[in-house]
Amino acid sequence: MADRTLPIPGSLDATRLRDAALLEWLHSWVVTVDHKKLGILYVLYAVFFLLVAGTEAMCIRIQLVVPNNHFLSPELFNEFFTMHGTTMVFLVGMTIIFGIGNYLVPLMIGARDMAFPRLNAFSFWLSASGGLFLYFSFIGGFGLYGMGSAPDITWWAYAPLTEKPFTPGHNTDYWALSLIVMGFGTLGAAINTIATAFSMRCKGMTLMRMPLFVWLMVVTSGLTLITITPLTAAQIMLVIDRYLGAHFFDAQAGGAPIVWMHFFWIFGHPEVYVLILPAFGIASEVIPVFSRKAIFGYPAMVAASVGIAFVSTTVWAHHMFTVGMTSVGNTFFVLSTMMVGIPTGIKIFNWIATMWGGKIRFATPMLFCTAFLFQFLCAGLTGIMLGVAPWNWQLHNSYFVIAHFHYTLTGSFLFCIFAAFYYWYPKVTGRMLSEKLGKWHFWLFFIGFHLTFDTMHFVGMLGMPRSIYTYEADRGWSTLNFWISMGGLIQAIAVLIFAWNLIRSYLDGKEAGNDPWDAWTLEWSVPSPPPAYNFADDPVVRSRRPLWDLKHPDDPDWKYEQ
Amino acid sequence: MSTIPIFADEHWRLPSRGRVGMFSLIIGESAIFTIFVVAYVYYIGRSTFGPTPQVLDVPLFNTICLLSSSLTIMVAERAIARGRIRVFGAWWGLTMLLGIIFLAGTAREWTRLIVHRGLTVRTNLFGTTFYSLVGLHATHVVVGLIMLSLVMLFTLLGRVEQCHAERIEVLSLYWHFVDAVWVVVFTVVYIVGR
Amino acid sequence: MQRRRSSCLTRSQVFCLALGCVRAMPSVAQGTLTTPSILAPASTPAKEIYGLSLFVLLITGTIFVVVGGLLGLVIIRFHARKGDAEHEPAQVYGSTQVELAWTVIPVLIVVVLFLTTARIIFAIQGAPEPKSALDVTVVGHQFWWEFRYPKLGIVTANELHVPVSTSSNPEPTYLKLLSADVNHSFWVPQLGGKTDLIPNHPNQLWIDPQEAGLYRGQCAQFCGVEHALMLIRVYVDTPQQFAAWVKNEQQPGAQDPAVAAGRRVFETEACMNCHTIAGTAAKGTFDPDLTHLMSRATIAAGAAVNTPENLHDWIKDPNTFKPGALMPAMQLSNQQTDEVVAYLLTLH
Ligand code: HEA
Ligand code: HEA
Ligand code: HEC
Ligand code: CUA
Ligand SMILES: [Cu+2]
Repeated sequence: MADRTLPIPGSLDATRLRDAALLEWLHSWVVTVDHKKLGILYVLYAVFFLLVAGTEAMCIRIQLVVPNNHFLSPELFNEFFTMHGTTMVFLVGMTIIFGIGNYLVPLMIGARDMAFPRLNAFSFWLSASGGLFLYFSFIGGFGLYGMGSAPDITWWAYAPLTEKPFTPGHNTDYWALSLIVMGFGTLGAAINTIATAFSMRCKGMTLMRMPLFVWLMVVTSGLTLITITPLTAAQIMLVIDRYLGAHFFDAQAGGAPIVWMHFFWIFGHPEVYVLILPAFGIASEVIPVFSRKAIFGYPAMVAASVGIAFVSTTVWAHHMFTVGMTSVGNTFFVLSTMMVGIPTGIKIFNWIATMWGGKIRFATPMLFCTAFLFQFLCAGLTGIMLGVAPWNWQLHNSYFVIAHFHYTLTGSFLFCIFAAFYYWYPKVTGRMLSEKLGKWHFWLFFIGFHLTFDTMHFVGMLGMPRSIYTYEADRGWSTLNFWISMGGLIQAIAVLIFAWNLIRSYLDGKEAGNDPWDAWTLEWSVPSPPPAYNFADDPVVRSRRPLWDLKHPDDPDWKYEQ
Repeated sequence: MSTIPIFADEHWRLPSRGRVGMFSLIIGESAIFTIFVVAYVYYIGRSTFGPTPQVLDVPLFNTICLLSSSLTIMVAERAIARGRIRVFGAWWGLTMLLGIIFLAGTAREWTRLIVHRGLTVRTNLFGTTFYSLVGLHATHVVVGLIMLSLVMLFTLLGRVEQCHAERIEVLSLYWHFVDAVWVVVFTVVYIVGR
Repeated sequence: MQRRRSSCLTRSQVFCLALGCVRAMPSVAQGTLTTPSILAPASTPAKEIYGLSLFVLLITGTIFVVVGGLLGLVIIRFHARKGDAEHEPAQVYGSTQVELAWTVIPVLIVVVLFLTTARIIFAIQGAPEPKSALDVTVVGHQFWWEFRYPKLGIVTANELHVPVSTSSNPEPTYLKLLSADVNHSFWVPQLGGKTDLIPNHPNQLWIDPQEAGLYRGQCAQFCGVEHALMLIRVYVDTPQQFAAWVKNEQQPGAQDPAVAAGRRVFETEACMNCHTIAGTAAKGTFDPDLTHLMSRATIAAGAAVNTPENLHDWIKDPNTFKPGALMPAMQLSNQQTDEVVAYLLTLH
């Protein structure tokens, strides 16, 4: 205590100044309406929750590593897989795509900000507070005493399990209310993205010259408009039921639980395409650059994306083949489900054709995208198998489904997100991510992924249902589950390497310069990180690859594009 | 990075972001209403007890008020586009009045149903779906009215000028939407459902 | 039966090989006897599905090989070599013919897949119920199964007995699926696909097991805390076994004066509010019928083997086996518990 100094009034206090500067800096992030800062906020938020939800997945895997395990109580297990799914889809998936979109869409179309900067900030904070509210459930209510109030109703939250008589606590309320709040945030982000892409394009950036990533963000946002809202509507009904004693899903009063299923999947199915389409967009940016070729069949790519979005709104009941629909109903949804394969196939083939004849550089972003192509192919094909209604009667709600959708969500979506990190991190921070750590990250994640999710297909076919916290030793699932969990461990190590890479490279990564990948879209024409106003002069473009035109003045793109 | 070469001026016009944004919002809102309408239609006649839709009276006067407010707001829009702020204010006020009458009518209808017919949101499926759907629409009218009254306030303060015509137009799109939804709700609840 | 199973086993091994997963094989082999594998179908719907799945697998497998091969080829052939950096490769922007080709071929594949699938859907769902069929009503409860045989006047729980159905003497079982509370799903993989039990939405499912034996399955729709321990055992009986079982089940509960004390406990403590024992005052219908408790191999929907110790522990505190089960711990004294268990042990 002796050497404590009292500040002399009026003198300059260095620590205070530093605190003040820190405070001001923090404050600037809270009040910001800059699309780049908001984008970063979205992404950091999502990465944080990726770690959280990944940790939940790890707990699930520890519980299932041996039969009759007692690592988690049944209640906690149910909470963990519900929260894992909900978090991954809403707090990680939705936020990260709108984060990346927020950062890149204005830069890619040569705009200085989003169409509605303040709405943008508002959307982010709505989404963020929705997410925090969801996690408050672990400690709020009766949370700290034993059981916890986190939702334990699965992420599809089928009524009537969610009705008051069956979940009298606040678990379901946290789920419904936080997602309603997040839903409005997402709606705002989607509106903003659409308005930006339509109304803020720089001169010469016609719709058919927009980078594919922007196109896919537009399609995704359009899909969001008509999919998040049904969920919000259904959740409002649920809340009315729970708080006002209404009967929407109350079987006793004649309400039909099956209506909830329809409403949920009318949202739920397109939702998964909301996640995957921006991932397609990322792949459509990365693959051409690293193959050194223009994207093959740009118009078809755009048409296929729009096609996927449209078809995907008609397939929802393929999640409901087992609810006892008529044969005709089942048949219809088989057809519509399989039809999604056609535009998706076009995309796969066009990516492969883009690589064909190129000079492919397998830097980390490209590694992730190549693995994505392979894994999405598998995922799509298992999707087709699930779409075969009679086979679905066997596979539904088994680990085969878990395997299918982790192939799409981890193997495709998350892989593309990782590619995006390695590709655009230099633009955002001005520094390259370490390639060495990147390769470690990739290979470990790739191996862990396949160990986990390939194996899941088999344990699913051996009859293991999902959502179970325990199983008996004599079912023949033990060995497989052991390997599944080991794969999870390897993935966790890989994710830790990734997180370490993010931090380390920020501190002392290689300087990136404006255009480290020798790329072609407008964001690479500005300094890294881009200045607050993005572009010193409003750019003007004449083709889909403005920087190609610039680098090859003798052979510009606009001479050839269809 | 050097600058990107500028080419001969192409003709370059983009849609207004306000309008694009509002159309997007309307698409999203339509989806919400669709779900509520579907629920209403699905549950018609499925209540196991309690009052049926026969207890409803057709709110014709209400409907006329709300629909004509679409016309008055159009007149107001035209007035501001021509810079006639006072005329604008008058028609804007009339629009609000019509909206308020509509709300008052709904309030009266609900009181009657609750007090005399004993129909609440918890009575049966009909009560549940009726109050939710009509209430959802009424909520939108309220939101619309709040926005209209903000504009009215600024008009009275003399802050609204001809240059705001486009924003006014975007706002009135929302009001038109609320009216259009009423047509659907009206048809479903008072004509088809009865 | 043993022979048949092993033949299924090799088939499933082939199946795994086809997918290129040698890794999973040992445990498939280990586990077949009790694994409710969809690869060892034993009833017509399951067999039709299995056949369909092989066909679909053939097609998707071909697509996988072709497209995956193409991808592999591209990776090997076109990765950048040293000195490549100077020149960009030739730029190709698209090709209408090629793109048309890879639109049309998938369309054709989809048509084939769709038609095959539709045929099986109608075959399984549209199968008319023969006169000889056995009707069973299945009611899903949190977290156990109620099986009612309306024509035979039998009510039992968790363990379903059905007769074997041979081609010479077809006796399929038609299950009517109802739910008393939330959604459940009835799934015994070797006998057929699953179908949900949804409140206010009666469903139907049929099976015609062709081999006697025990088939295991479990609830396949998350239904609350103990969804994991809502197991199903289906005993497929030979005609003689089935007749004997029916005869036994139709008896009222045994009345052994030696265990009158236990019976008294059962009828005076709250047990009888929830459980039925035919021939006694216990007529509670909310929870499992205990009239022939001892004819079942497990208790609490498969959560524990039906032994005197387990019964004792169960009645003391159901949470021992099944935390979250909806039977309360009955706060009986040790003596009362022993008496009740002794009584229950007579209910054959
Ligand atoms: C990003 C996410 C994503 C994506 C892209 C997909 C894509 C597809 N999904 Fe998946 N799915 C999920 C996420 C996703 N899914 C999730 C999360 C669930 C579970 C939800 C839950 O229950 O919790 C689920 C569940 C699910 C089910 C229900 C399973 C069940 O619960 O019973 C079905 C059934 O039809 C299905 C099918 C499909 C199909 C047909 C596609 C198609 O889009 C795939 C199309 C792609 C291809 C077909 C490959 C490429 C095409 C070619 C190479 C051309 C040639 C091919 C043909 C002609 C066939 N999915
Ligand atoms: C984007 C979506 C997404 C992603 C990326 C994942 C990723 C993973 N998922 Fe998830 N999953 C879902 C979406 C997703 N999942 C959904 C929607 C469900 C359905 C939920 C429901 O049924 O309701 C589900 C369900 C689900 C189940 C089924 C639960 C059940 O039905 O009982 C399992 C089981 O193994 C599982 C496992 C995994 C694993 C191992 C990963 C791995 O790939 C995860 C890899 C990431 C990590 C491993 C991060 C690790 C981080 C660390 C180790 C950091 C350490 C932490 C600190 C230092 C603080 N998931
Ligand atoms: C509040 C209702 C309730 C009361 C009272 C009750 N039980 Fe139960 N009982 C249940 C339920 C519910 C189950 C099924 C639990 C499960 O499998 O999830 C059950 C299951 C059982 C089973 C296993 C049945 C089977 O076939 O698996 C036995 C044995 C049993 N109870 C005995 C008793 C006895 C003895 C008493 C009284 C001392 C009693 N029960 C009181 C609700 C009750
Ligand atoms: Cu019953 Cu799950
Ligand atoms: Cu789907």
